[in-house]
Amino acid sequence: MGKAAQQPMDAPPVIEVENLVTHYGERQILNGVTMEVRDGEIMVIMGGSGSGKSTLLRHLMALEIKTSGTMRILGKDIDALSQVEFFDLRKKLGVAFQGGALFSSLTVGENAMLPLYEHTDLDIKTMEIMVRMKLEVVELGGFEDLMPAELSGGMIKRAAFARAVVMDPKILFCDEPSAGLDPAVASALDDLILNLRDAMGMSIVVVTHELESAFKIADRITILDRGDILMIGSVEEVRKSSNERIYNLLNRVPEADAIDVDEYLSRLTGEITSGSATL
Amino acid sequence: MFQNISINASINACTRFLERVGRLVVTGIEEVGNGGVMVGESIYWLIFGARLKQPVRMNAIIQQMMEIGIFAVPIIAMLAGAISVTLAIQGIYSLRIFGAESHVTFGLAFAVVREFAPLITGILVAGRSGSALAARIGTMKINQEIDALKVMGINPVRYLVVPPLVAMLVMVPCLTMMSDVVGLFLAGVYINMELGISLAAYFDEITKILDIDDVLHGLGKSCIYAVLIAVIGVVNGAGVEGGAEGVGKATTRSVVQAISSIIIAAMIVVYVTAR
Repeated sequence: MGKAAQQPMDAPPVIEVENLVTHYGERQILNGVTMEVRDGEIMVIMGGSGSGKSTLLRHLMALEIKTSGTMRILGKDIDALSQVEFFDLRKKLGVAFQGGALFSSLTVGENAMLPLYEHTDLDIKTMEIMVRMKLEVVELGGFEDLMPAELSGGMIKRAAFARAVVMDPKILFCDEPSAGLDPAVASALDDLILNLRDAMGMSIVVVTHELESAFKIADRITILDRGDILMIGSVEEVRKSSNERIYNLLNRVPEADAIDVDEYLSRLTGEITSGSATL
Repeated sequence: MFQNISINASINACTRFLERVGRLVVTGIEEVGNGGVMVGESIYWLIFGARLKQPVRMNAIIQQMMEIGIFAVPIIAMLAGAISVTLAIQGIYSLRIFGAESHVTFGLAFAVVREFAPLITGILVAGRSGSALAARIGTMKINQEIDALKVMGINPVRYLVVPPLVAMLVMVPCLTMMSDVVGLFLAGVYINMELGISLAAYFDEITKILDIDDVLHGLGKSCIYAVLIAVIGVVNGAGVEGGAEGVGKATTRSVVQAISSIIIAAMIVVYVTAR
């Protein structure tokens, strides 16, 4: 299955991030990230380990408290929302976590039904029909009575997708959708992401380090490196980039300067020095 | 020179010890604060949840009441009976020294209704349900299920904390009442066999000895225990870090902390009310 036509460049943004800075303790993770996700596009966020891509995704899902910067989701400044408005906004977001995050005490069907049960006044029969339809979309029709422990890795991710899209969200977030899956299942999940975008018209943000998957599904790619955005561009633009770090990332070249030898040595000897000073 | 090194080493050990103590105190204060915030948030969602389109679901509370209360009935009845019979045996043994074993009912009635029924109920619920709550919330945290709830627009305190807290506040006093009845009945059966006092005479004496305040004293304590068990379970579960091992540690900690706090609370309450 091929990728859908590129989204128009002038599509309105559904997520706008400006100068996002965040810390874990004293460590700065994101150093003023500015980006936007347009309506109906699949934005893939890539980067090496520790680049801040998972932290950025958690911010985009409004799960973390930022140090500074502004963020607008579906046109609303999330800092200016009341509690009710914030909950209403979140009903328009869906997420498929890396491990699925299915509730182990609920069946697949109950997992997928939970958002409907909590946020709508639909009767149970209608909800069951809607859940069955979503499970059919992710090719899990007939599996609604199974418990998550009875599913394979690929099926868990599909079930997580079904739960994520059951409320027809405007934005879907996917954290490492193809991690830990064999190539065939990973490719099928990529197709599912493209299907969901084309069938439901939602914007999708995917964090992944799987190059093949990223190039297959992305309309645009954001490349993060140590908390900074190196580049935002189409697949072709990223492929043709002359940036050394991007080249290293795409060609899986270990970065020679990933460890600063001087800093590393001074850290080691510094500990010894301070230890000896107290002796 | 060697003497200097030895003194420095002692100072370092002292510093490390004080650092550890300081860290433990800060962690303890933080956990107490988290517990207070959790209770405050729970009350908030209980009152304003429906207005914020986040109602606390009655069927979730009933499900928790079944797990915390109904399924615990056999074990709590058995242990309440065993403790009460033990108290009766010990009471008769002690009072026999003064030839006053027929007055065993006095000590027994107060001890069971005011202290042991709520205590044994609290300890069993802490071991059974407090640990399960910590394990459940801890597992959900490491599996990102709590993050999933947040992104779905479901407040985790409203969804995960309020139902067990309300269920405990209802079921722990109910189980305490049951412990009172079962404990006093089985102790009465033993006293009947040992001293030949009829059950009718025994219960007649019990009703004369016990005041409604004694029953309320026990029930009031059980409400305090219920809040302690729920909050300690939730705070330990929410603080889980480090995967399955972290869940195991949090579960153990929650049981130890809950039982310790129940016993200390029992002592404080009886000190304040019964002197």
